[in-house]
Amino acid sequence: MTSVLQYLFDVLSLGSLYALAALGIALIFGVMRLVNFAWGDVIAFSAFSLIVPTTDAMTTLAIGALPAPLLVVLVLLIGAALSIGMELLVFRRLRHANAATTMVAAFAVGTVVVNVLLMMHSSRPKAIDLWSGLNAPLDLWGARVPALQLVTIVVAGLLLAGLVWMLRRTRIGLEMRAAAEDFDMARMLGVRANQVILVAFGLSGALAAAVGLLMLTKTGVADIRMGGSMMLVAFVATVIGGLGSLCGAVLAGFLMGLVSTSLQAWLPMDVRPFRDALLYLAVIVLLVLRPGGLFVTSAATQRV
Amino acid sequence: MYRLEIDNLHVAYGGVQALRGVSLRVAEGETVMVTGPNGAGKSTLMKALAGIVKPQTGRIRLGGRDTTGQSAERVAAAGLSMVPEGRHVFGSMSVLENLRVASGQRRDRSQVEADLDYLLDVFPVLKERTHAQAGLLSGGQQQMLVIARALMTAPTLLAIDEPSLGLAPKITDQVYESLQTMQAQRQLSLLIVEQSSARVVMTGARMVMLRSGQVVLEGPARRLGAKAIQAAYFGV
Repeated sequence: MTSVLQYLFDVLSLGSLYALAALGIALIFGVMRLVNFAWGDVIAFSAFSLIVPTTDAMTTLAIGALPAPLLVVLVLLIGAALSIGMELLVFRRLRHANAATTMVAAFAVGTVVVNVLLMMHSSRPKAIDLWSGLNAPLDLWGARVPALQLVTIVVAGLLLAGLVWMLRRTRIGLEMRAAAEDFDMARMLGVRANQVILVAFGLSGALAAAVGLLMLTKTGVADIRMGGSMMLVAFVATVIGGLGSLCGAVLAGFLMGLVSTSLQAWLPMDVRPFRDALLYLAVIVLLVLRPGGLFVTSAATQRV
Repeated sequence: MYRLEIDNLHVAYGGVQALRGVSLRVAEGETVMVTGPNGAGKSTLMKALAGIVKPQTGRIRLGGRDTTGQSAERVAAAGLSMVPEGRHVFGSMSVLENLRVASGQRRDRSQVEADLDYLLDVFPVLKERTHAQAGLLSGGQQQMLVIARALMTAPTLLAIDEPSLGLAPKITDQVYESLQTMQAQRQLSLLIVEQSSARVVMTGARMVMLRSGQVVLEGPARRLGAKAIQAAYFGV
């Protein structure tokens, strides 16, 4: 019983982290058919914003020394600002370029961000002690669950609920959903394209920052390439979820968390190092069977 | 005073010349039917008009305002509402949300609510299903929805690309009937692309026939007569 509970918390916490990441990619893809491959680097940039830039091995907290609520708000704003900056400086100018061009541009933007971090902080990973107390296990009905897992689940839950509320109940949310389904049609009805895209980039960047903070609390280390694996997971989750579907991306994020945790728990010890290989093998099989993604509903496809 | 003035419009898609010098006028409260064979440039004309495709040369003016080459949302703000070919409903959104999203640029809130009530009265099938997912409506219901939605922007000119495409004749009659009702009530100008020349003659509106990207025949459909229309259509 307790091991089931433990497993459940593992699945939910990893899944909700993946779901947030998938949303970060899906929000932008939905409105402008762009996979922002620089998104993972926003995670790293946000994490490094906590400390004073230096090439020393010792880290000095900058934003990281502020009280928690202020810290969170500032880091989310930094993530959002970086993401919006990418849109204003690069992607807006490539609005009518073809998909290959914008994809290469996204990689280029990511490389620039990584190199800026490299110059400011050097390539060595930095130890950042952020709320490390949260890694202490709590005793929940016999299961030993790190508090951070609960925090991750709650934070993800709140962010998802907030996003759902925004998408369902606000004007800009309504416009984003319309734009995600049929961008040209939305524009012909007066939806301002640039405004919707800017909001999508802002939210996506804030999600990257949130993911960065959660990762940092767990590992205690900031690395300029820390966003890479999360970017991969997020991208794969949006593909499985059916590119363009926000709900699909979230569900696929949880599914990836479930499969990853299950492989970790049930694979024989010798095979465990190959967990990710098996996970992505499953992804390939899935995409061969359902190339359009898992969660594409009939109502989303056009009737002619 | 013209609601729409198009002068000498040229549009090309990657080397293929789709429109070669089309000029067209739509007066206030007037209905103009654009017809012509496949590939004549009818849909290209509509796309250029809506700001989805940029013209090479020529000028488009809406209510006296030059909108040539402007973005689709600017064109919408200038009073043109476009219903493109193929019923682009937002399938995962409800009927009501589809209608509401179209009033984003309007500041006359109470009039928006009045328009919503009015349109739901004109299209009772939508009223019964305001909370249904738009993607689950039948083809005819979706066509009514996109027309009602287009009117939620409070346009002065409503442009519709092939309202009868894929609809049963009886449903098409209903669509045209409701269009006529609304036109009479709100001084709306209509620009309709219609493949069926029989339907064009039936409405008795002024007709503009395109072939190979040019206007080949123009005038009141009834006066032109079926023979001249057919001859121009097939280019004989």
